[in-house]
Amino acid sequence: MSEREVLELLRENARYSTADIARMTDLEEQEVETTIEALEAAGVVRGYQAVVDWDKLEDERVRAEVELNVTLDRETGYDEIAARLARFPQVKALRLISGDYDFDMEVEGDSIREVSQFISEKVAPVPEITQTVTHYVMTSYKEHGIELGDGEDDDRLSFSP
Amino acid sequence: MTFELSDRVQTVPPSGIRRFFEIAEERDDVISLGVGEPDFATPWAARDAAITSLEQGKTSYTANRGKRELREAIADYVADRFELGYDPEEEIIVTAGASEAVDLAFRAFVDPGDTVAIAQPSYISYEPGVIFAGGEVCPVPTTEEDEFRLTAAGLEEAGADEADVLVLCYPNNPTGAIMTESDLEPIAEFVREHDLSVLSDEIYAELTYDHNEHTSIASLEGMRERTIVFNGFSKAHAMTGLRLGYALGPAAAIGAMNKVHQYTMLSAPTTAQYAALEALDSCDNDVREMVDQYDRRRQFVLSRFREIGMDVFEARGAFYCFPEVPDGFTAEEFAEGVLREEGVAVVPGDVFGAGGEGHLRISYATGLEDLRKALARIESFVENHA
Repeated sequence: MSEREVLELLRENARYSTADIARMTDLEEQEVETTIEALEAAGVVRGYQAVVDWDKLEDERVRAEVELNVTLDRETGYDEIAARLARFPQVKALRLISGDYDFDMEVEGDSIREVSQFISEKVAPVPEITQTVTHYVMTSYKEHGIELGDGEDDDRLSFSP
Repeated sequence: MTFELSDRVQTVPPSGIRRFFEIAEERDDVISLGVGEPDFATPWAARDAAITSLEQGKTSYTANRGKRELREAIADYVADRFELGYDPEEEIIVTAGASEAVDLAFRAFVDPGDTVAIAQPSYISYEPGVIFAGGEVCPVPTTEEDEFRLTAAGLEEAGADEADVLVLCYPNNPTGAIMTESDLEPIAEFVREHDLSVLSDEIYAELTYDHNEHTSIASLEGMRERTIVFNGFSKAHAMTGLRLGYALGPAAAIGAMNKVHQYTMLSAPTTAQYAALEALDSCDNDVREMVDQYDRRRQFVLSRFREIGMDVFEARGAFYCFPEVPDGFTAEEFAEGVLREEGVAVVPGDVFGAGGEGHLRISYATGLEDLRKALARIESFVENHA
């Protein structure tokens, strides 16, 4: 139970200190630390990242969602194809999914040209990949459970009964 | 002067928090722990039901007592959650917020000269409500030693045996105190013995922590016929702005309240009634999630006050905690100081009546990031004035 609670809090804000998490969960600070270490060691917690609203930066950042269809043969399964694609640093997420296509891949680059080139030169030539459909992200409204954009001010009364 | 103000209106002093409001307005970096309302938006399903009702043009009055379907849903809900049995036809009235229900009750049951005992500290609108109705207030202080619970001895000492009506508010605003069944038994006995009627504001009933389930005084033996229970959707369902509450009580009493209601409000807002119906039907998980969040914030805030070195009462309900101000301050001085110097808005406990002196009401219906910053500022204020 405490593991789940700690995980929920870390997912809410990975920058909560162990002291803050201890305060919120009624655990000892040491217990929180041990729990987090155990979760990291077991590979449950795989890393910590910032949720970035790229639209707020002047530097262009291009992202695309790519649908991939593959054909398997005796020697090559989904895992082999995935391992090959996941190695590319441009690939930010890769998931095997059910439905009309096989893999859902998130790609990031500095320009549309860079992303397009990566897909046509590195991804499409993989022999098992039969089709790629690229969707460029135009605006992101929510990432990792956090709503992006300006957000509204809290216009509740400063005091109320 | 064009208008001659009524004595009743003139008797009521301006709200004790108005001055703080003005100070807060002067600054633009205030973190407010002074708000008694959720920082969550109404669950989406309830908002969607409200929108759909508008799209369908459901914008006329409803029955005075509220939509029958909603009263039935309320009857099922209170039976399921609090073991309360009320007939949706005659024993339930839907109002524009629980506040309206409280006002209706004062006007329906209090005659000029009647005495209304009010457990204090509690919500600041009861006392003016009694005065507007022409009644007199008998304050019944509760203390931190008794965990801000009302006791029969406290009632006796305050002279509440002579009162006509007793007002309860548990889980309590501002202390966060709760009353368990065994705490309520002697109160019920006192009430029966001295023939009082009870107005029980249970708007925070869903917000209890540490595995404490809310008990309504109306569920105790011999209490149903002499109790009106108030509840609503503002707190647990985060619907403050939709203004929807209700009262439960014996048919004759609810009938009397309805008489006042039908000449003033006519009926509660229709759109809000559709939202409420959906809230009862499908928003249990949203309520649970909000309660979990409040609980985490509660533990955070309690623990931080202890670290700062301020004594704090272990709140087990609502979304307030009630720390004591350090020596050398009155509650008002502390609240004003921390607002002016650090930009943190808190409410001095004395505005909630006897028993609240020397305390602050801290609302944790505010995001954790803001709570963290606000508590750091309070810590710095305390250190600077140690």
